[in-house]
Amino acid sequence: MPDNTLPTLVAKDITKVYQTGEVEVRALDGVSFELYRGEMVVLLGASGSGKSTLLNILGGLDRPTTGSVLFDNADLSRMSEHDLTLFRRDHVGFVFQFYNLIPSLTARENVALVTEIAQHPLSPEQALELVKLENRLDHFPAQLSGGEQQRVAIARAIAKQPDILLCDEPTGALDKQTGILVMDAIATINRELGTSTAVITHNTVVGGMADRIVSISDGRIAGIEHNRQRVSAAELDW
Amino acid sequence: MAIVHFSPLDKKRWRDLVKLRGQVLAVALVIASGIATLVMSLTTIEALEDTTDTYYQRYRFADVFAGLTRAPDFLTHRIAELDGVMSVETRISQYVTLDVPDFNEPVTGRLLSIPEHQQPTLNQLVLRKGRWISGRAEDEVIVSENFADAHQLDIGDNLAAILQGSKRSLTVVGIALCPEFIYALGPGALLPDDQRFGILWMSREVLASAFDLKDAFNDVALSLHHGADARAVMTELDTLLKPYGGISAIPRSEQMSNWFIQNEIAQQKSMAMVLPVIFISVAIFLANMVLSRLIATERTEIGLLKAFGYSGTQIAWHYVRMMLVIGATGTLIGCAVGVLFGHYNIDMYAQMFRFPVLIFQPGVHNYVLAVLAGVLASVLGALGAVTRAATLPPAQAMAPPSPPAYRHSIISSGALQRKLDQSTRIAIRQIERWPLRSIMTSTGIGFSVALVIMTFQWDDALNHMARVYFEQAQRQDVVVGMSQPRAIHAVQDFTHLPGVLRAEPMRYISADLSVGNVTHRGTLTAIQQHASLQPIYDDANDITVAVPESGLVIAHRLARKLNVKVGDIITVNVLSGRRPTLSLTVTAMIETYIGMPAYVNLAYINRLLMEAPNMNFVNLLIDEAQQPQLFSELKQTPIVAAITIKSAAQDAFQRTLVDHLMVFVSMFSLLAAMLGFGVAYNSTRIALSERGRELATLRVLGFTRGEISYVLLGEVMLLILAGLGLGCALGYGLVWFIITLFDTELFRIPYLIEPSTYGKAVVIIFIATLLSAALVRRRVDKLDLIRVLKTRE
Repeated sequence: MPDNTLPTLVAKDITKVYQTGEVEVRALDGVSFELYRGEMVVLLGASGSGKSTLLNILGGLDRPTTGSVLFDNADLSRMSEHDLTLFRRDHVGFVFQFYNLIPSLTARENVALVTEIAQHPLSPEQALELVKLENRLDHFPAQLSGGEQQRVAIARAIAKQPDILLCDEPTGALDKQTGILVMDAIATINRELGTSTAVITHNTVVGGMADRIVSISDGRIAGIEHNRQRVSAAELDW
Repeated sequence: MAIVHFSPLDKKRWRDLVKLRGQVLAVALVIASGIATLVMSLTTIEALEDTTDTYYQRYRFADVFAGLTRAPDFLTHRIAELDGVMSVETRISQYVTLDVPDFNEPVTGRLLSIPEHQQPTLNQLVLRKGRWISGRAEDEVIVSENFADAHQLDIGDNLAAILQGSKRSLTVVGIALCPEFIYALGPGALLPDDQRFGILWMSREVLASAFDLKDAFNDVALSLHHGADARAVMTELDTLLKPYGGISAIPRSEQMSNWFIQNEIAQQKSMAMVLPVIFISVAIFLANMVLSRLIATERTEIGLLKAFGYSGTQIAWHYVRMMLVIGATGTLIGCAVGVLFGHYNIDMYAQMFRFPVLIFQPGVHNYVLAVLAGVLASVLGALGAVTRAATLPPAQAMAPPSPPAYRHSIISSGALQRKLDQSTRIAIRQIERWPLRSIMTSTGIGFSVALVIMTFQWDDALNHMARVYFEQAQRQDVVVGMSQPRAIHAVQDFTHLPGVLRAEPMRYISADLSVGNVTHRGTLTAIQQHASLQPIYDDANDITVAVPESGLVIAHRLARKLNVKVGDIITVNVLSGRRPTLSLTVTAMIETYIGMPAYVNLAYINRLLMEAPNMNFVNLLIDEAQQPQLFSELKQTPIVAAITIKSAAQDAFQRTLVDHLMVFVSMFSLLAAMLGFGVAYNSTRIALSERGRELATLRVLGFTRGEISYVLLGEVMLLILAGLGLGCALGYGLVWFIITLFDTELFRIPYLIEPSTYGKAVVIIFIATLLSAALVRRRVDKLDLIRVLKTRE
């Protein structure tokens, strides 16, 4: 159950400006946002709206141009490159549209990649069991379907028992059936491990699974919607 | 004004080249190294040949040489009438001991007669300073420039010579060079020592009266008509000179100075064969690797171009042209550097050999060959990758490539796997996935190590050779040559000289050794049964072989030349005295590094020659403290014609070779390091390009830059380490190959590589590869995580 009084991450009035050539692109423009402990948030928005930029900043992959991001009273926007790396290592799990598995490592080994450097990890087997891949432990990525590969990526992201799970279009490259399996896996993690989860999608239906739906448009938060009743992935009308 | 039209493909090609400039340059540099070694060797060979040819022609270097005891002048006409002879130069030649001011040690001089007032017909002098001798004064002498420089002799300076027992003061009137003595070796010396051996030209009249050769000569040189049969002339000349104590004639190719020059050219030729082949092979591999990767990243674009209607041939030609640009860059750099090195090389030779003319005009054919090699490397390098691009069906090309399939294997799974962390596992699986590429990378590194080993091995081998020859095989301090054979008991006279601890007689006998049709012109070294100062020494096995009571002990190489084994009989035609023909049995064989000696028991050979016990050399062991007194005595001794001081010979050996080697070593080490750098840089860059996504993923997962560098460089480092090991083995083989190529009648390079040589080679190449890794590491630090991850591969 999400705890709405205890934010895991607090972004305060962040802006992000990219300088590409002579053009200045304002990807985020004064966004304030909290991610609460154990909640699941879906970020909705058109392509180019700034949702990925927000996610990257929350996950310590990128720094805001102005504003601050607080995690445990530490400001990510002021952290060194090395501290950001440690922040990602210890607290954040990422899932991307393209699974980004290491092709030369088996499912188990891809997960072990993270468990070897994490402080209180699950075992790779436990993590893979959570995404229902306990029977595919020793398969290489090339031997797995797209959905299976994405679930390995999820297992790898959560094996360290992160405080935050960030997913950028996790079902973007998958068909409906597989998409359900993947979203289901994410929901299971959120529920069973209490990981604060943010999922980017352009598929509005997915919003039904979340505690909150945050709409982003032109680099600003356009609206926040609370779900009284979360539904399971299978119940979504895809 | 012409309007140059660039097609979009042209523009793409140039932009790709600029984008890949690091790798393009690395491949171009390796091609350049290959072309540079090729051009350097070719231009050096050409310049050496042109220069010596011109020098020989301009100063009328003779075609045939013969020595004898004494022949009357009228024989000259009979020689001139021999079929094929163009001109004849008879002369007086004599070894003498010189006393040079401010130089304590005795010096050996070779006196040669020249006509008064004019150049000889053959073997003319290049007068560098001063004037020709005049008939008026008896003591005028022209000295060789090498000798003059070594003793800072100038016009008007004096030096003393002992001519037939009487000491004469000679005045330097001229300083000259001669094509006959580009490489001037004193008797028994291995390398030129200008301080202790010099050529002196004097009036024929003066020498004739000094050596009792009035109206006679003891040396003859011939030039032949174009196309004349030198062998036939020499046979007739030998018959003619036989009654006059003729030591049989030698052709120009066996004349000592020319032999050394030709040997130098032959060595350059072997270099021209070996090195460019190594560099260009590696370049082909690198080119293939870079282009394969480029084509892999441009799959979609290739598919698109094909969808637009470009043909497979057009696509192939696009990439081949790209490779040709790289090849052309390499060839250009290579030609420029090669000509520069070639020029440097020939300058060095010019200095060493004191060529009065220097012809460095590299012919067009050198460059044509270089361009052909460059084109060949480019096209062969492009072939595989380009064929794949040309035959890729467009629809398949536009779809993303299927993820590379990895397999479980014994190395990366099983018992060992539990001990490995994931990063190391990635590195090992990567190698297993592309075994051929991995092997080629290690081989490339291996060759660079092998090249360095080969380079440093020269130093090892020559030092070893010097050690064995000067310290083990030759145990005397001084060898004294006598103007005429003396009775063996005369050796007693030497034991009474100051500082002499021991004296042993020795006799060199010039002879033709033949078996069947094969004849070797050589020398029998006759020593006493228990000779200890100059024993029969097996260089390769480090053992002294007992002097047999009868028969011959010969070098293995001589045995191979004559195709004999122990127990076989060799026909020995003695070339002096009564010139008997002997049949001698081979009783043992030895391995030697220098020369092809044949040893025989002194008492035994004297018996066979039916002469009173004779010797013409004495080996001395001396007390160093009394060396100056001994030398001044020897200088005054009439029968002494030549003195070889071992320590001086050893110094000359070190000096000449070390100077020469240092240039060679640094030049080739640099090229080899460039090769190692090129291979490592390309491998690392390609690994980065292929695995940028993986590395970015790891960064996102919380790996530090150091940790992902390990993942990237781990694989390359494993291949480099394997390459370093492989390189030691390749070096071993390459050295063997080169030594086989360089096995001449005069030298056999010992097959010996010091452990430190392996060490040096490994360190040099390792540093070169680390440098390339450091360059790539900088790119890892700049990896754009977000962009890499959000794009489809």
